[in-house]
Amino acid sequence: MFHIYCPYCEEYREEEEFHPKGQAHLSRPEDPDDCSDEAWGDYLFFRDNPRGIHHEMWVHAQGCRKFFNITRHTVTYEILETYKMGEQPTITAETNTARPAATASSADDRAATEVKGAQGVQA
Amino acid sequence: MSDIRQFQTHPEVEIATESPLAYSRQRSGAPAITVSSQVMLRERPFQGHLTLRGGAIVLDEALRHVLGLSLPSQPHGLNHDDSGERSVQWLAPDEWLLIVPGGEEFSLETRLRDALGDAHVSIVDVSGGQTVIDIEGEMAHAVLMKFTHYDVDPTVFPVGKGVTTGFAKTSAILRRSSASRWELVVRRSFADYLYRWLLDAGEEYGIGVER
Ligand SMILES: [Zn+2]
Repeated sequence: MFHIYCPYCEEYREEEEFHPKGQAHLSRPEDPDDCSDEAWGDYLFFRDNPRGIHHEMWVHAQGCRKFFNITRHTVTYEILETYKMGEQPTITAETNTARPAATASSADDRAATEVKGAQGVQA
Repeated sequence: MSDIRQFQTHPEVEIATESPLAYSRQRSGAPAITVSSQVMLRERPFQGHLTLRGGAIVLDEALRHVLGLSLPSQPHGLNHDDSGERSVQWLAPDEWLLIVPGGEEFSLETRLRDALGDAHVSIVDVSGGQTVIDIEGEMAHAVLMKFTHYDVDPTVFPVGKGVTTGFAKTSAILRRSSASRWELVVRRSFADYLYRWLLDAGEEYGIGVER
């Protein structure tokens, strides 16, 4: 069982109900006719592929059918937060650099997180 | 006044209508309810279904004015009127499902549109696209547990809650309108499939279908 929190349904739902929809917070060039080919190409074709914190758009396809954002760790698969469309993440690659040290102080917590993450991958 | 054109889906002449399960009953049968039936099914076809989309505040105001029914503001809310025949359910932050006795939906839509004026909303008559199946009996939730990954334990799924979730690899709306009754709102094209799945899942509990 692997549950994802939908910020619109305000509850955890089974992973099966969701679909990932790619990188979040992409902004379309305001005036496509008046931007460089490079800027337009970046917008259309190029996506980040970080090792670590990534912000993604997901859709609650079998539930409320709303799009929302997820901050996910691409190595551990851990979902750190979910938030509504139009909102900004509270956890980013910059703010998260302090996190490993903080969690390392509690070995038990970390072990628990790892087990949870492993189940998530299997699901 | 609204300048949206509406379509009266009920013909003026008497013609035979068939519920989405008419064919399934013929082909897959409808086991009778016996004293040992712990699960009972009942289709409630031909009701008026309207999908309301738009801002909660304007829709709530119009619905209170026209039907005396308030829009559930919380996710998964389900409100009934005093008679219990009309209900409105939260589907998404900007979407609600209104179910009324069959034949009322056309005039209701007209009155809602009049009350809403130029508000930015959408009302769609989806009556022909879905049907309602009631599931009752002491083992009703046990049958539902075979269907869905959603937690349907009666202690955590209170009366007055409704969810859209995965059902037997498709999706359906599940609502609990009273302590003893669960309702499935299913799409017409999936009604036969879900009906047969229900008969199969309920066989061990002596499932019966009300005729
Ligand atoms: Zn949702």
